[in-house]
Amino acid sequence: MATEPLPLQKTADVAPADAAPGAAPAVAPETGHPLVRFDDVVKRYGDHVVLDGLNFSVRRGEHITLIGPSGSGKTTILRLLMTLEKVSDGVIWVDGSPLSHVRTPAGVLKPAPEKHLREARKKIGMVFQQFNLFPNMKVLQNITEAPVNVLGKDREEAEARARELLDLVGLSAKIDAHPSQLSGGQQQRVAIARALAMEPEILLLDEVTSALDPELVAGVLELLGDIARNTDITMLCVTHEMNFARDVSETVLMFDSGQVIESGPPEKIFTDPEHERTREFLDAVL
Amino acid sequence: MNGFDWNAAGDALPLLLEGFRVTLLATVLGTLVAAVLGLAVAVAGRAPSRFVTVPVRAVTEFVRSTPLLVQLVGAAALFTSVEPLTIGIVVLGIHYAAYTSEVYRAGIDSVPKGQWEACRALSLGPRRTWQAVILPQAVRNVLPALGNYAISMFKETPFLAVITVQEMVFEARKYGADHFAYTEAFTLAGLVFLVASYPTSLLMRKLEKRLGH
Ligand SMILES: Nc1ncnc2c1ncn2[C@@H]1O[C@H](COP(=O)(O)OP(=O)(O)OP(=O)(O)O)[C@@H](O)[C@H]1O
Ligand SMILES: [Mg+2]
Repeated sequence: MATEPLPLQKTADVAPADAAPGAAPAVAPETGHPLVRFDDVVKRYGDHVVLDGLNFSVRRGEHITLIGPSGSGKTTILRLLMTLEKVSDGVIWVDGSPLSHVRTPAGVLKPAPEKHLREARKKIGMVFQQFNLFPNMKVLQNITEAPVNVLGKDREEAEARARELLDLVGLSAKIDAHPSQLSGGQQQRVAIARALAMEPEILLLDEVTSALDPELVAGVLELLGDIARNTDITMLCVTHEMNFARDVSETVLMFDSGQVIESGPPEKIFTDPEHERTREFLDAVL
Repeated sequence: MNGFDWNAAGDALPLLLEGFRVTLLATVLGTLVAAVLGLAVAVAGRAPSRFVTVPVRAVTEFVRSTPLLVQLVGAAALFTSVEPLTIGIVVLGIHYAAYTSEVYRAGIDSVPKGQWEACRALSLGPRRTWQAVILPQAVRNVLPALGNYAISMFKETPFLAVITVQEMVFEARKYGADHFAYTEAFTLAGLVFLVASYPTSLLMRKLEKRLGH
């Protein structure tokens, strides 16, 4: 466990000040619905069906690991949630609202315009396998660009926050470096800081250590573990690091052929899987 | 024919340099138009709506498949009240924009897909995505190619003489006719072009190397 609270620690949601004790809460309790719900989601590329009526949900604050063989659609799931791809059918719900649909006056869901998507994405952050830092900006600006220009923070506030986050990821000294001057592990940590600067409710991590040299993996995983333990950010991780899955996540989802074939706590999945496919997969990767 | 008349050459030089000022002006302003307009065309070509991309593509295709000379004469005939130099600059700019837009397009295409996705994941709007992320990377990649277009525009400015812009070759021809010293006037004009564009080419090549292409 990290010994001191991280600067990104969120305070628990407080009840509205005007709510008298015993009175019905002014807002519906957030435990009423899952934070993320995939509802019969289908994703096709041409004739190739990648996700075939996928259903699963994620509670607020939950840390989920997605495992499964190559090509089983793990990345696709994260990209759909990040709205980098469009669903072919079905609906993804985030916090009770359809993610990439809008409701017409008649109550029918239709695909949302880009503007709506831009709004919907604000609560979701993503860290990529290849980091995707902006090479034309220094580390500091990589982190402040979106808070300033999307959230409308003033520059000083955003920079102060960026410094905190750089401190958190252990890269205060690199604040004025360009991404090309950093190692892969350092770049990935900046990318994590950049995602956190947007204060996402949901953080998507797609094999964030698999492009790193082996000796750099542990540092990044440790950082992610700290974030998982010390924040209430909901995390969906695709990873081949089974130890990480075991340490950090409460739930493991095993994918195959566009379906969740098994889900449960890591102890259960890793020691006593129900499905033959899960067993075979784990035997192959462990 | 007599030998090269050095006196005539010396006599013609001030006039030619006067014309060279116009040549330079046309090149610099024409390049500016081409650089800005080409960029706008390249970005518009990426617009999500076909109502934008189709006309843009049609116009650039038209500009690219008709000769500069025809465009100059056509524009001069259409806009008789506009100063020839202005027409020349605008036409040069538009003509070259059809090519620089292609260069920009390649530069934009060379920006990795992950950069667009990072922008989206951060909810950056289209303006910041282009201005802060995509274009700085794209333009850096294409600077040498743009420079080469500037040099070739420089060498095509003599076409402006056709619409009576008094650039250097116009002056050379005038001097040649007045003093029957075409050889001297044109040799000198050619030398001035060489002296101006060779170092620029070298500079471009250096820039290219520095940008690591
Ligand atoms: N843009 C695309 N066009 C066509 N097919 C695609 C596209 N993106 C993904 N696919 C296909 O969708 C399937 C699932 O891909 P995805 O990247 O989600 O798998 P994955 O589970 O993340 O695999 P890996 O473990 O190798 O990263 C693959 O068969 C892939 O070929
Ligand atoms: Mg993947």
